[in-house]
Amino acid sequence: MNKLIQNEMMKLIAKKRLVVIAIIIGILVALFTYAQFKENERQREKLGTDDWRTIIQQTIIDQQNRISSPRISDEWKQQLQIALQQNQYYLDHDINPSEPGAPTFMRIFLENSIELFIPLMVMVIASDIVSSEHSQGSIKLLLTRPVKRWKVLLSKYITLILAISLIVAIAGLLSYSISGLVFGYKGWGAPVLTGFSVTDAGLNTASVKLIDQWQFLLMDFGLVWLVAIVVGTLSFMLSVLIRSTAAGMGVMLAALIAGAILSNMVSSWESAKYFFMVNLKLTNYMNGNPPPIEGMTLSFSMMVLLIWWAAGLFVSFYVFTKKDVY
Amino acid sequence: MENITLSVHNLKKVIGKKEIIKGISFELREGEVFGFLGPNGAGKTTTIRMLVGLIKPTSGSIHIGGYNIVDHFEEAMKHLGCIVENPELYPYLSGYDNLLHFARMLDGIGEQRISEVTELVGLRDRIHDKVKTYSLGMRQRLGIAQALLGRPKVLILDEPTNGLDPAGIREMREFIRFLAEEEGLSVLVSSHLLSEIQLLCDRVAIISRGTVITTDTVDNLLSNRERVVWRFHPLEKGKEVLGSLTAIEEREDGTITTEYDEIKTAEWNKKLVEAEVSVTEMYRKMPVLEDLFLELTGGDSIE
Repeated sequence: MNKLIQNEMMKLIAKKRLVVIAIIIGILVALFTYAQFKENERQREKLGTDDWRTIIQQTIIDQQNRISSPRISDEWKQQLQIALQQNQYYLDHDINPSEPGAPTFMRIFLENSIELFIPLMVMVIASDIVSSEHSQGSIKLLLTRPVKRWKVLLSKYITLILAISLIVAIAGLLSYSISGLVFGYKGWGAPVLTGFSVTDAGLNTASVKLIDQWQFLLMDFGLVWLVAIVVGTLSFMLSVLIRSTAAGMGVMLAALIAGAILSNMVSSWESAKYFFMVNLKLTNYMNGNPPPIEGMTLSFSMMVLLIWWAAGLFVSFYVFTKKDVY
Repeated sequence: MENITLSVHNLKKVIGKKEIIKGISFELREGEVFGFLGPNGAGKTTTIRMLVGLIKPTSGSIHIGGYNIVDHFEEAMKHLGCIVENPELYPYLSGYDNLLHFARMLDGIGEQRISEVTELVGLRDRIHDKVKTYSLGMRQRLGIAQALLGRPKVLILDEPTNGLDPAGIREMREFIRFLAEEEGLSVLVSSHLLSEIQLLCDRVAIISRGTVITTDTVDNLLSNRERVVWRFHPLEKGKEVLGSLTAIEEREDGTITTEYDEIKTAEWNKKLVEAEVSVTEMYRKMPVLEDLFLELTGGDSIE
């Protein structure tokens, strides 16, 4: 099995996919760092201060104004209300939610890339790992060795998991080292609040806990990794089912984008919560952002993702070991 | 020489409701080159894909080196090397890395064997170049090197000369003969090129519409069907005389073809001479497989 994984790694590295992904992440991180830097500068000019308390106060006033506007929808109003309460909580407890520094940037970057960006990068590798063997015809050589088919597929899947872990690690590493150049590398111990829960009555702060940023980041990484594995497994399944890499990628891309759109639209269509793609924003639960559909919780979303993952894996192995190769 | 290395018994494949392969049986012996001949669409490739484990047979059995390939896939495949259609190796890897890749999938095959097969197919100078820079002939040779890695008893080559130039075809032919005669491999070669099979194979199975029409040695198949070609003057008179003795066939180039029989042919010649027909040309002709094939299959091509 080790030798098979070695083989898959050799092919993956020779295709230079990981390098391309690292470059893309690097460029994006640099862009975001610059954008964040500009944003900070603008705020400083506008408010004439560096003090985060003034900034948050300003944000709260801003939000209050918007809530009292009659043109705003009820739903949006509720979301604003929650955000406002959160900000108030930060202010009351004297905690800076966006403590400057590379770890904070990394956290924000992860939270914003969990839904689309990281899954996209994972998809680039996963959707081609099996189907490229078909399109090149090398599958005929691969499956006529004295190695059972499920072992061949398992070696590919393990390789995929390694590659995904590597992508998540690269994303963390690059976002830390690049943004640190501008914001500094400190801030691991900054306090972060978690445990907000959204109920019918609004924001519930009863179970809010204060933890160090590095602990929070560790959880974030875990969630990002989980989402990446699930998306990777589903792309992997498509790669087994569909011979054309482009078609497989297209399907997955459509699903991911549909998820991003649906999350903003489907609050009244309740059964949409069983789609894997509306459950990808796991980090939102940690921040106390309201879920796209009422009643969704972290454990619910993880359960849904787990079921999709298991189904994807089962279909992949079942089809791959049974199907005739032409 | 009589050891059976691959045996196929009553092999069938049904796709949808259509029976593509309708019960094929044959055996390969050690050290022989076996030809698998049929028009495009006759079921050659489907059969070969079943032999190498890419397609599951609907019924029937395949044994390689004594192992059933469905029940003992790994053991059976250890004795098999194959190229199905083109040798599609990884273009972004070097030739060496490709061989390394496939060697890792075999037990106990290391660098020494890799350099052995590289030497054997004569790719030593280019083995560390990327496969995408190889010519078709070199890819074909690398494909064979890959197939030989595991010291197989049976080598299956699907259309091995496809796309090669005449020199490449000749080289490939000599190499395949070498493998069978010197290394004692059984080689199964499929082709739709009859001349190819005729020059290369010891025995041949002719397949059409999913069934084997006949299996025999190439010599046997051909010698039963030797013909005599005549040219004489005057033509009309000769035709009259010869036509009264046996069935004749006239060609457009003015030659007459009859069956061949050692005694009778001399007799006919005498009769012609006695009737004052001057025989200007008379030779024995081995039929090419082409004629034979058309005769056997009744001229149909694809179902």
